Amino acid sequence: MATLEIHDLHVTVETGDSATGAREILKGVDLTVKQGETHAIMGPNGSGKSTLAYSLAGHPKYTITGGTVTLDGEDVLEMSVDERARAGLFLAMQYPVEVPGVSVSNFLRTSATAIRGEAPKLRTWVKEVKAAMEQLSMDTSFAERNVNEGFSGGEKKRHEILQLELLKPKIAILDETDSGLDVDALRVVSEGVNRVREGGEVGTLLITHYTRILRYIKPDFVHVFANGRIAESGGAELADQLEAEGYDKYVKGGATA
Amino acid sequence: MAEAQNIPAGSTTAGAIAVAAESTVATRMSAPPSFDVADFPVPNGREEEWRFTPLARLRGLHDGTAVANGTMKAQIDAPDVVTVESVERGDARIGKAGTPVDRIAAQAFSSFTKATVVTVPKEAVLTEPVRVALHGEGGTTFGHTVFDVQAFAEAVVVIDHTGDGVRAANVDFLVGDGAKLTVVSVQDWDDTAVHVSQHNVLIGRDATFKSIIVTFGGDLVRLHPRVTYAGPGGEAELFGLYFTDAGQHQEHRLLVDHSAPHCKSNVVYKGALQGQDAHAVWIGDVLIEKTAEGTDTYEMNRNLVLTDGARVDSVPNLEIETGEIVGAGHASATGRFDDEQLFYLQSRGIPADEARRLVVRGFFAELVQQIGVDDIEERLLSKIETELQGSV
Repeated sequence: MATLEIHDLHVTVETGDSATGAREILKGVDLTVKQGETHAIMGPNGSGKSTLAYSLAGHPKYTITGGTVTLDGEDVLEMSVDERARAGLFLAMQYPVEVPGVSVSNFLRTSATAIRGEAPKLRTWVKEVKAAMEQLSMDTSFAERNVNEGFSGGEKKRHEILQLELLKPKIAILDETDSGLDVDALRVVSEGVNRVREGGEVGTLLITHYTRILRYIKPDFVHVFANGRIAESGGAELADQLEAEGYDKYVKGGATA
Repeated sequence: MAEAQNIPAGSTTAGAIAVAAESTVATRMSAPPSFDVADFPVPNGREEEWRFTPLARLRGLHDGTAVANGTMKAQIDAPDVVTVESVERGDARIGKAGTPVDRIAAQAFSSFTKATVVTVPKEAVLTEPVRVALHGEGGTTFGHTVFDVQAFAEAVVVIDHTGDGVRAANVDFLVGDGAKLTVVSVQDWDDTAVHVSQHNVLIGRDATFKSIIVTFGGDLVRLHPRVTYAGPGGEAELFGLYFTDAGQHQEHRLLVDHSAPHCKSNVVYKGALQGQDAHAVWIGDVLIEKTAEGTDTYEMNRNLVLTDGARVDSVPNLEIETGEIVGAGHASATGRFDDEQLFYLQSRGIPADEARRLVVRGFFAELVQQIGVDDIEERLLSKIETELQGSV
């Protein structure tokens, strides 16, 4: 059973200001995500939620200054970005990057080949992609466009979830996948995530600012992220409490701590 | 319709569409076209046509100090029906396709000793390409070559430049009525070579010309393909592909002069740059004269900057003197392959070197497919591969 274990994770980012130097954003994060579980991480802006997502994926902007991250006992922090992906980590990004000159179909196939360790058989692959795209209400012409180039916000998110469905990771981190989506797009994207979850083989880390997406994707655990660490954990009922009360008490608590 | 897009990042990109009675394409040159080098002042670098070129690296080609002291080994392989002649400068076919428009082209014209004329006779349809291998063995050389593809003939010409040397030349392409000519010119020079060349293309009535210019090597390469139409119904497709490395200056200046009605032109040049002081220049001039009703033209330049320290100057320029046209447009865009793109591809399991290859291959794919000569396509792909390995 796949398990992602984050223990006492500290992360800094260069501010680009020599006087300030590096600023600590994550201040001791502890979290364990097991296959089949869905964890929602909620918190106010600037609390470090996205930093957690990008640090786990290995973005070069962030420096790990303490703690450990393991996937099935393997040291994730020692791995390069692509090694982490091949080990089974997937990050659906809030702002997916445009890659001019690379078609979606070429990108998906190259990626699937890297993740699966061999090129998928062309015939079954074409069917697989087509079916996944249909389920996400994506037009087939999408495959011929360049990766994220000129995509609308909704198209970018669908494209991220398309990859999630095709790459079948052990651990999926969804960074504010709900942001900027209208209700219809949110439903389509959430259904995609749920299809993957129903397989029972993925552990999901759902990072969000709003409770709206949790109406479609039911979490097993909810964590409140504030001031660079998890301030409180609970079940789905914690989301309802946040919906009613907001983040105020955590933000204030962080400020006085 | 015309469009211009810019995503400059560490690059400059400018575009202009002029609708004017007086051509700025002609007036912004320092001197009118001439076969005599003495008609051109020595450039100082501020002239419109020289402002991007590092004159100091031209080895005297521009100021009269270059002396013909080098060797260019030439080998021409052609099907039997093709004739290859070495002719004196008085030959009527020389200079028929166009006149030198700058000092180096005029210098090359004034300095060459014998010209080569390659003739594909009327109605001959070649099944194999004409291959011209030019291998520089050091020193300065001047050249003049004429490809005379006569009416209704069909030919593919591959011109392959390798080795070292300083080369200034004019290359004329006479495309007869109804003829079809495809030219692949590969600049695969050593990194010390200097190559300045004007290509003059004269397209006959209902004739088709296609060129694929592939520039990889050289310290300084400056090519100037110029297309004119001798009659209506002509079509030109001008494709270019360059990979500019650290310290290299690669400049492609194009002119398509639509003077005849119902002609087409399509220009697509793409370049990748990497390394400190890699400098690519693309100037695309398209002129639609009053007489050129029914013209259909489009030109595009795309650049992909792979590392910091590289510079692109891209200047599309479209002048329209008649409104009775089918279409006219241009586009120029320069993008970067940056850490965020690399991260994105890597986060999908793709290793860094493969990510880079994916991006560059994808970028060039549509042009590589245009070549249609298998061994050149393969060499090009392996060349791209080698260039990319050099960058990691």
